[in-house]
Amino acid sequence: MKYIDEFQNPDLARRLLDEIHATVTRPWALMEVCGGQTHSIIRHGIDQLLPEQVELIHGPGCPVCVTPLEVIDKALEIASRPEVIFCSFGDMLRVPGTGRDLFRVRGEGGDVRVVYSPLDALTIARQNPDRQVVFFGIGFETTAPPNAMTVYQARRLGVRNFSLLVSHVRVPPAIEAIMQSPSCRVQAFLAAGHVCSVMGVDEYPELAERHRVPIVVTGFEPLDILEGVRRTVAQLERGEHTVDNAYPRAVRPEGNQAAKAMLEDVFEVTDRSWRGIGMIPGSGWRLSPKYREYDAEHRFSVEDIRTSEPAECRSGEVLQGLLKPHECEAFGTLCTPRTPLGATMVSSEGACAAYYLYRRLDISPAPREATSVV
Amino acid sequence: MCLAVPGRVVKIEERDGTRMADVDFGGVVKEVCLEYLPDLQVGEYAVVHVGFALQRLDEESARQTLELFESLGMLQEEFGDPWELAAEAGGTPPPKREEARK
Ligand code: SF4
Repeated sequence: MKYIDEFQNPDLARRLLDEIHATVTRPWALMEVCGGQTHSIIRHGIDQLLPEQVELIHGPGCPVCVTPLEVIDKALEIASRPEVIFCSFGDMLRVPGTGRDLFRVRGEGGDVRVVYSPLDALTIARQNPDRQVVFFGIGFETTAPPNAMTVYQARRLGVRNFSLLVSHVRVPPAIEAIMQSPSCRVQAFLAAGHVCSVMGVDEYPELAERHRVPIVVTGFEPLDILEGVRRTVAQLERGEHTVDNAYPRAVRPEGNQAAKAMLEDVFEVTDRSWRGIGMIPGSGWRLSPKYREYDAEHRFSVEDIRTSEPAECRSGEVLQGLLKPHECEAFGTLCTPRTPLGATMVSSEGACAAYYLYRRLDISPAPREATSVV
Repeated sequence: MCLAVPGRVVKIEERDGTRMADVDFGGVVKEVCLEYLPDLQVGEYAVVHVGFALQRLDEESARQTLELFESLGMLQEEFGDPWELAAEAGGTPPPKREEARK
């Protein structure tokens, strides 16, 4: 129990852990969907505090990690153009495209800027009417509404030199894809709290029922995760499979209605390819026809970009919970946060980076045989 | 980027027809859009993600979360200089600051 004293409330953490230890009678495999949760779990050693029978499988919930290589390459191509100011969140700067990243593009003279909010990119567009301003719109259901609002505002204010490079992804189709795989070992999900702050829980009861998996909405602070695990294990032990909200202070069942309405107006559901995993039907958003003129892919015709992933990188298997990061041969040798081969190493929310940072180099059991989930 | 941080509304005003606020995140004040929580009032707390208030939060849990983020250095990750962070990660010196280009 070497980490437990670092918990915000060690006594409560201990009580939750005791209860989990007392409840478990059999092995269970839980998937945490959110990259923020993965980070928190590894950082606090939560997986090591849990009973041996409770395995946490890291899910595909890091938006930076799952953004497809084609999209990164499109971003690099657009950002290199002299007429473009390319705006992005800071965590995309080091994500490797084919041969380079946004950080390098800036070094080579590209006008790449980091913004805190997509609205800042719109402000830059209004201040630079003779330039083209492109915002890199990636992320899950939490990030999509801010980006949708920005496009809506661009149209409302008549800003014509702004566009969005869109690669938004949706969680429920990813859960569906994971459950449909014949090699799936996941028996329950810790759903991502902040995704549910926006979307509510409407999409989950049907999934839980059809696949007979408990889905417990969970926050990402250490105590939230322990509480999520406690409720999930209790359901599994009782043979139940319902949707439960262990994060009510930030999640209302209906979510944020205004944000959902804006998503509906600005975006439409589309098939999307996930880096390392491949195509998942209905798992993404793109701009709806009404807003097509704000689509950077149309504006800069970058449809034909070819890509190649480093052969050594097994981040696809890591993202699907088939391989733990340290079981990858390149882990910590060829591939480190300074020289990342895959996105799961470059993003601080990625599972490979979390393992590297918190020194999970010691444990290396024989790799599990890898098969595809999707 | 997944991170959503709780903050306290200190000022609300309309800018360009949009409801905006100044929000205090444990000392760092940022401009935040309130269009998704239009009835949020000065003094209240909300979960904020990339400059947008997304859900109300009670004061007690907001404070606890902020303290935790602070102690874990996560506020630095969210609000620190991204170019420096990226350069550190890549082991090369930071490029010119954003200001130099304006
Ligand atoms: S350690 Fe590096 S090469 Fe291996 S899966 Fe992770 S990102 Fe890919």
